[in-house]
Amino acid sequence: MKEAIAKLGGWLKKLKIRAERPSSDGNGIRKANAEQSGARTPSPFWVIVQKEFGDHLRSWRFGILIGITVLACIGSIYGAVTSLKESAGNEQSDTAFLFLKMFTASDGTLPTFATFVSFLGPLIGIALGFDAVNSERSKGTLGRLLSHPVYRDDFILAKFTASLLLITVVLFSLGFLVMGLGLMTIGYPPTPEEFIRVVLFTLVAIVYVGFWLNLSILFSIRFRQAATSALSGIALWLFFSVFYSMIVGLIERATAPANATSVDQLLSHANGILLLNRLSPAYLFSEATTTLLTPGVRSLGPLTAEQVVGAIASPLPLGQSVLLVWPQLIGLLAATMACFGISYAMFMRQEIRSRS
Amino acid sequence: MNQSAHEANGRLTAGREPSVSPPAPPGQPVIELKRLTKTYGDHTAVNALDLTIRRGEIFGLLGPNGAGKTTTILMMLGLTEPTSGSARVCGLNPARHALQVKRLVGYMPDDIGFYEDRTGLDNLIFTARLNRLPEREARDRALQLLELVGLSHAAGKKVGAYSRGMRQRLGIADVLIKRPEVIILDEPTLGIDPEGVRELLQLISDLSRKEGLTVLLSSHHLHQVQQICDRVGLFVQGRLIALGSVAELAEQLDETGTVTVLIEASGWTDALTERLQALEGVQSVSVDAKASTENTAAGESVATLVCSRDVTSEAAAAVIECGARLHAISRRQYGLDDIYHRYFEGRETR
Repeated sequence: MKEAIAKLGGWLKKLKIRAERPSSDGNGIRKANAEQSGARTPSPFWVIVQKEFGDHLRSWRFGILIGITVLACIGSIYGAVTSLKESAGNEQSDTAFLFLKMFTASDGTLPTFATFVSFLGPLIGIALGFDAVNSERSKGTLGRLLSHPVYRDDFILAKFTASLLLITVVLFSLGFLVMGLGLMTIGYPPTPEEFIRVVLFTLVAIVYVGFWLNLSILFSIRFRQAATSALSGIALWLFFSVFYSMIVGLIERATAPANATSVDQLLSHANGILLLNRLSPAYLFSEATTTLLTPGVRSLGPLTAEQVVGAIASPLPLGQSVLLVWPQLIGLLAATMACFGISYAMFMRQEIRSRS
Repeated sequence: MNQSAHEANGRLTAGREPSVSPPAPPGQPVIELKRLTKTYGDHTAVNALDLTIRRGEIFGLLGPNGAGKTTTILMMLGLTEPTSGSARVCGLNPARHALQVKRLVGYMPDDIGFYEDRTGLDNLIFTARLNRLPEREARDRALQLLELVGLSHAAGKKVGAYSRGMRQRLGIADVLIKRPEVIILDEPTLGIDPEGVRELLQLISDLSRKEGLTVLLSSHHLHQVQQICDRVGLFVQGRLIALGSVAELAEQLDETGTVTVLIEASGWTDALTERLQALEGVQSVSVDAKASTENTAAGESVATLVCSRDVTSEAAAAVIECGARLHAISRRQYGLDDIYHRYFEGRETR
């Protein structure tokens, strides 16, 4: 434990140094900008971000979604707490990382908090992004906005930033709400490692929701009708969160090698199916969150008996868990970036005409 | 080529952007288009357009829908890339220095939209801040402009509740908030009632005179804009077919050699028709006896004389001598409408 904390301390220090460096750079840039414009006025980018943020906050759509999410989360905590209380009486129950169970345990009636986030998060992302560009176009504000000195890429980047900021605020408040409620109900304080794991889980969730947000912004650039883009976004979301695993299951059964085959064949088949599964961002997210919230998860792929021999069934330290989900995280980030790149290229080529 | 390269380019070279020259004296060209062409696939929207607009003038770009007016305007603003040819606005190339051009040029799209769930004042402040005005100054300027366009009473109302005319006026305020040198108005009079049009045009022309603004407005409502335009360009199918002041264009038409005289009279006789026909220079007489509309009493006829010279007074004398009652006689002046129709007739037979 001590070792872990020492490691953590070092890691935090590194983070600090990293955090300080860009901030000083940022100040430099801002200063240069201010000098250039002759006054301390925010750049158009931040003006748009500010406006978008306000618009989202005031919109009904966001209010409804946040209501659903908060209710779902409270329900899931209730379920988690009851299941924890039941197992608390049981002598054999594992008290290690009890706090994290708040996020992953369920009494069977309601899904866990992590499941709710993975299911409702994309919906928030889609709801915030599906009409980002096409509604501006159909309202005739896009042409007007871009006739002012605003870079086009700043416009979509500002839309994305504002929504992502909002998502960050929402997910962090939800995460901390769950933690606070948990503290009050089970009276079991989190260790620093557990706290960091929850924060990391929230960050991964932000990246995941950010991916869906970007995808829906891409649709909003591609489709002129807000309804079309919303439906495409929701269709993809349903496909990946419900049907994709079924389809992969079908393929798995269809291609499964006959019973008496070598380990190599079985392994390559399992790996192939895993690869198929990992094409879905929902799967990547679920892998990442399970690993982060359940330190007992030691591997995400198939392991042979030889590989497990001699392994001690103990929870992974934080660093190792992060290492394990690193590829998943990078995959999600890459998907987000790809969506943004495509939207950028598309938007730059589009002609800005009012309402056409 | 796409927009990105240029906008990115503009950003990269921000450090050594061309310094914005102080306002040039009146009469200097502000907008210069040279052989500007834009094609969409096989369709040529704008065909080798040459146009120079001088500082301080109000220029009307007239043409039917789909003539390429909006495309031309978008190219001037760098919102669309020309296929060939060049545009210079305030000495800058809009495709290369889109941002600098956008700082100097105010553009009101034909179908202007605002954020409907925000107030007019909020919308203006947002625009002002996009143009990097500090918050306080933005608010002051927005209030000032609302006053100017006569919307002070509606400043706190949501734009969703604005009428069409109010939106257009808010649009003017939105364009002016950045203190532009040039304003481009795309169909500013679309969908407003006649009184609203008159007020709006008056506002535009006042602004142009007072602040020395260069105004380019496009329209297909000819008689509306002819009151305030210094010069007009007739734009049909991507080509500029006529250019000059309204009077000049009318002269060009008159050179075709005919004068039209309209006579309204009651008690018309065939003898009168013959007599008019016999007048020197009259080429044709057409009488419409059934023209008993609200303005013409029963039994009144309207005759149209096409002549090679001005015969108004002789015709009037002839009518009276034949015992008919003359109600009105006029020599038709060519307005922009007629000019427009003429060019159109020409186009159709081509």
